Amino acid sequence: MALQKAQTGISGFDEITDGGLPQGRPSLVCGSAGSGKTLFGIEFLVHGILDYHEPGVLISFEETTDELITNATSIGCNLSDLISQKKLILDEVQIEHTEIEETGNYDLDGLFIRLGYAIDSIGAKRVVIDTIEVLFSVLEDEFTLRSELHRLFRWLKDKGVTAIITAERGQNTLTRHGLEEYVSDCVILLDHRSTEQIATRRLRIVKYRGSSHGTNEYPFLIGDGGFSILPITSMGLNHIATNERISSGVPQLDIMLGGEGYYQGSSILISGTAGSGKTSIACHFANSTCQDGKRCLYFAFEESPSQIIRDMRSIGLNLEQWLQTGNLRFSATRPTSFGLEMHLVAMHKLISDFNPNVVIIDPITSLTEIGNLFEVKSMLTRLIDDLKVRYITCLVTSLTKDTTQLEQSEVNISSLIDTWFLLRDVETNGERNRLINAIKSRGMAHSNQVQEFLLTGHGIELVDTYIGTDRVLTGSGRLIQQLQEKAADQAWQQEIESRQRVLATKRQILESQIAVLQAQIETEAEETRQLISQEQLKADMKKLERQLVAQSRKVESEHSA
Amino acid sequence: MSATSKNKKQSNSDNTSGDPDYWELRLYVAGQTPKSLTAFANLKQICEEHLANKYRIEVIDLLVNPQLAQGDQIVAVPTLVRNLPTPMRKIIGDLSNTERVLVGLQLRRG
Repeated sequence: MALQKAQTGISGFDEITDGGLPQGRPSLVCGSAGSGKTLFGIEFLVHGILDYHEPGVLISFEETTDELITNATSIGCNLSDLISQKKLILDEVQIEHTEIEETGNYDLDGLFIRLGYAIDSIGAKRVVIDTIEVLFSVLEDEFTLRSELHRLFRWLKDKGVTAIITAERGQNTLTRHGLEEYVSDCVILLDHRSTEQIATRRLRIVKYRGSSHGTNEYPFLIGDGGFSILPITSMGLNHIATNERISSGVPQLDIMLGGEGYYQGSSILISGTAGSGKTSIACHFANSTCQDGKRCLYFAFEESPSQIIRDMRSIGLNLEQWLQTGNLRFSATRPTSFGLEMHLVAMHKLISDFNPNVVIIDPITSLTEIGNLFEVKSMLTRLIDDLKVRYITCLVTSLTKDTTQLEQSEVNISSLIDTWFLLRDVETNGERNRLINAIKSRGMAHSNQVQEFLLTGHGIELVDTYIGTDRVLTGSGRLIQQLQEKAADQAWQQEIESRQRVLATKRQILESQIAVLQAQIETEAEETRQLISQEQLKADMKKLERQLVAQSRKVESEHSA
Repeated sequence: MSATSKNKKQSNSDNTSGDPDYWELRLYVAGQTPKSLTAFANLKQICEEHLANKYRIEVIDLLVNPQLAQGDQIVAVPTLVRNLPTPMRKIIGDLSNTERVLVGLQLRRG
């Protein structure tokens, strides 16, 4: 029979347990002081009421009802409301060691009766007992106590409630008083560690009988929305690739990428030295994303959002408008605020809440301040994998410090990246100019030409670099070369024109010569014609004479003819 | 001594509560179990020996009135609560250990 599970509604927890806590059974949540056990229990109950219509009971041995209500507001839970709606009962058990004398046999029926009464009065399906270990320091008779605990957990199962029992972490044992003997279906450990001044919270499923579970530690945050547990630690490479393209925001960059821009859901890396223009490229992308009506989430680890907005205004980008329409959201934190895993959890939560189409991380190299390269790469792997699965396009910038090793991206994540633009500074003749080229772009034919990268008042422009006889020219060198070539062009043009003019003149002369000759010929022809006609006339007249003579000698011709 | 399953049972005469020697005791039980009967018997005996009629015992059955368990903060059963004289004292168990009962009730130094 498959184990029934009760969904906790706690973000990430139901995923890593594949359904939640075992239904109708008690589970143990242990951890050191301040690890979040009580808040976990509270959130479990509150979600039970609000999301699954299961009333709940919290029996507290340590905190008072008022303290619980106050603490719950820190995770956004309003317990007073739920109590007045009769969906939740808080029962604080006060036992003072000083006022108790044990004088013979007893049992803990009082507790059972209280619990039973509370459960029955609101029909509770969820129970949290926090933390029953207090009884160990109050009651001397451990034997009775332990057998009663045994009875309690059986009683809870019989009642059919899903229960969370909290316990304090032991030094050598899991719990200080060995509660894990009694509550053995599911044991969760909450850890709260501090290394090098950075605190990390981790959750581990120590045991979950009858259910397969990850054995890893899952980092989590407790924020004002409650727990956020990161459900991913290892990813399979099973995301599906799309063919949709999305513009980079710089038309010439799109051209370098075969004409259409980045693939939707791909990962893009812009690396370069300080001040080379990485943030500008990122902001162009953010701008065009917002212009399309999509959402962009911008994680800024170095500059404040207002600084970025101001800087971008100088190159003609108005990012402020997108902040107001809600298409663009910034999240700016100093990397040293928390540990890497906390960043990952916080980013994951923001991404889930805001649901952007594009995520920008600027720059990722800041994260190496809080972790070594391996850890940062591991964190980015998880993040990028998660984004790919959700078809979110991700652009990250990376600062390269060493100009001679530019192509070895500092964090060495190039294997995760689909499209990689490298920005380089080049110094010639006393000035520095920027060059950009696409080192790789998976799945598309991309240009391999190095172009000059300009930040103008209208935004980013790319200009073809001049390939001279043996060198690449940029900046003023290019301008000079351009002018020289223009001048040379003009000179050549003029040369052509003058030659053409000469030719035309010659043609004219020739033509007029021809005209003269033709006229001469005409004249001669005319004379000849006249001559011919004169001769003809003479011939005709002679003929006429003969005829006349013949006529006058008519007789003769008649007789002789 | 009959019907401990009744809600309240008064034992002995009503006395003015202004008397500083007057004891108000409550015995919490969960039904008529051997423990609860033992406790009551022991309690009566101790009271008669040491309190000379200046006491009142109330027996509260939590099975009948479960809501009182929370109000009076009862966890173990049986529990004897001394409301007067103050300070309030709680004694758990069937009261077989007379010495400890007396210490708990501050009738003897312990």
